[in-house]
Amino acid sequence: MSADLLIEVRGLVTRFGSHVVHDGLDLEVRRGEVLGIVGGSGSGKSVLVNSIIGLLEPAAGEVFFGGRPRSKFTAHETLALERRWGVLFQYGALFSALTVRENVMAPMREHLSMGRALMEELADLKISLAGLGPEAAGKLPSELSGGMRKRAALARSLALDPDILFLDEPTAGLDPIAAGKFDTLIGQLSQTLDLTVVMITHDLDTLHTICDRVAVIAEKRVIANAPLEELVHNPHPWIQEYFGGPRGRAALRSAGGQ
Amino acid sequence: MNAESIKPGGASLSTRLDAGRLILAPQGDWVVQTIARLDAPLRKIETDSDPGSLAVDLTQLGRIDTAGAYLLGRTLGLCSGAGEDDVFIGDHPVARRLITEIRSRNVRCEPEPELDRSLIAVMARIGAGAHGAWQETVESCAFLGRTIMTALVVAPNPARWRVTAMVAQMESVGVNALPIIAVLSLFIGAVVAFMGANLLEVFGFSVFTVDLVGLAVLREFAVVITAILLAGRSASAFTASIGSMKMQQEVDAMKVMGLDPYEVLVLPRLVACVIMTPLLTLAAMLSGLFGGMLVSWMALDISPLQFVVRLQDAVPIQHMFVGLSKAPVFGLVIAIIGCRHGLKVGGDVESLGASVTTAVVQAIFAVILIDALFAMLYLELDI
Repeated sequence: MSADLLIEVRGLVTRFGSHVVHDGLDLEVRRGEVLGIVGGSGSGKSVLVNSIIGLLEPAAGEVFFGGRPRSKFTAHETLALERRWGVLFQYGALFSALTVRENVMAPMREHLSMGRALMEELADLKISLAGLGPEAAGKLPSELSGGMRKRAALARSLALDPDILFLDEPTAGLDPIAAGKFDTLIGQLSQTLDLTVVMITHDLDTLHTICDRVAVIAEKRVIANAPLEELVHNPHPWIQEYFGGPRGRAALRSAGGQ
Repeated sequence: MNAESIKPGGASLSTRLDAGRLILAPQGDWVVQTIARLDAPLRKIETDSDPGSLAVDLTQLGRIDTAGAYLLGRTLGLCSGAGEDDVFIGDHPVARRLITEIRSRNVRCEPEPELDRSLIAVMARIGAGAHGAWQETVESCAFLGRTIMTALVVAPNPARWRVTAMVAQMESVGVNALPIIAVLSLFIGAVVAFMGANLLEVFGFSVFTVDLVGLAVLREFAVVITAILLAGRSASAFTASIGSMKMQQEVDAMKVMGLDPYEVLVLPRLVACVIMTPLLTLAAMLSGLFGGMLVSWMALDISPLQFVVRLQDAVPIQHMFVGLSKAPVFGLVIAIIGCRHGLKVGGDVESLGASVTTAVVQAIFAVILIDALFAMLYLELDI
């Protein structure tokens, strides 16, 4: 077990009734890397992330954090672990009754004993780190556009200064300009704050721009986990179709031309 | 990542004066979990000391994250003109970069608006509330009118009747509500009989219990209990189901296809409610009388036969029709209020919850208000 492995998933099996989503899935996440997860619709990308962060109990298999199996963690350790990661859900999952600033403050309020003034200042810092203007802080999630909502959700996931960031389709539904900005933002944040990022994405440009490695889920397993340049030479038919299709080729071309 | 590294060491701060400059020497891990108690001392330093004379000694600093970097950066922010090298003493793998980065990014957002508690503001809110209540009434009437117009267009056209939807609504509004309404009404009838028995036995007129139960259940209780239950059960269900369709743009999809939501969504629910409320009321009447009969039998030794004979003698059938006549009106009001709030739901989940609450409260309020109006009307008419 190499020391720079932050998360390891070994032999994960997930089932919903008789429907098997993952069958003996293995995945490694290295410390400090940006890992992209790709796969067809319904291949269980979000389910995998939910299994890693503990929202789903796997039917078999084990998730290791820093070499220790998650099932052996005490309640106290689990809590400490949960404070170390931030999660950006697919649809933001902002609390609709709270303003953006209150949303960012919510995890701080729960986990830290801190004065309100400092908490507000830190929340404002996270909001501006996520690339939102100061006018967004007092707004309700329903008053924000899709892109702003994602940024607000990112600000909340950064609230406790996580080491690990899970992003579920961060750029889905954003226009190419906003998506590009979001990519740059996540790249910058991961460098500035030394984050490990696990992101589910269908966005080929995102994969090119910021992902160090890409894990491909197909046939209920991770069939490849490698840097993108190696991945495009993988002979697996699904991978070839994914990256060799017209969209994949276009994205590769533009990346090569840069 | 073992347990030791998860738990950060405490953060502390020492200060010293060096050649006229105040040197801040942070020690330990300056991370979000540990820095809270350092906020106050740093604020004090910010207000007390001369802005140009601050520096940070990084040599003893452990880990640092954005929160720690923010705190140090905020204090340093006062000496904005100074170059980086003047401000930092010693070296640290990330602290310099992080503090500089954070200082360049941070923008103070506008504070939360304070709630205005002055007398004028309170009066303004009362006024706005009253205006809102009036507006709601007007809108409900407009909605009723719009629905009636739709009904008039659809009625001569049996091909456009949504029979399946209507029957499905009748089942959920009527048949499914039958057990709970029957049980509730049974208890209400029993309670009225008990009260009557206790009071009237004192005067030796215990047989009048039958009159009391008959009159109360037939004229008021059966129909009001039914209507209140439907207001809680069906008005909320209408708002929730139409509201969630509105939220997911299903209603917009209907409009685009040339379907009128009033015809497809509102009318079947309205008709189902208007038809089922009288039937449920009738069931509630029977069950309420049965409850009264049981209590009379047990507490007053009035046999079921005596009860029925006395009921026929003392309570004219018109009381039943008074009760039943109110039922379709209540059904109409409940359906209108439920559907209107459903169609008013906006894009977010918050408004769905608020709409359901408003629909139930308004429906119950309207039922009781209209019942009072009916009582006055029938009093004037001597029925």
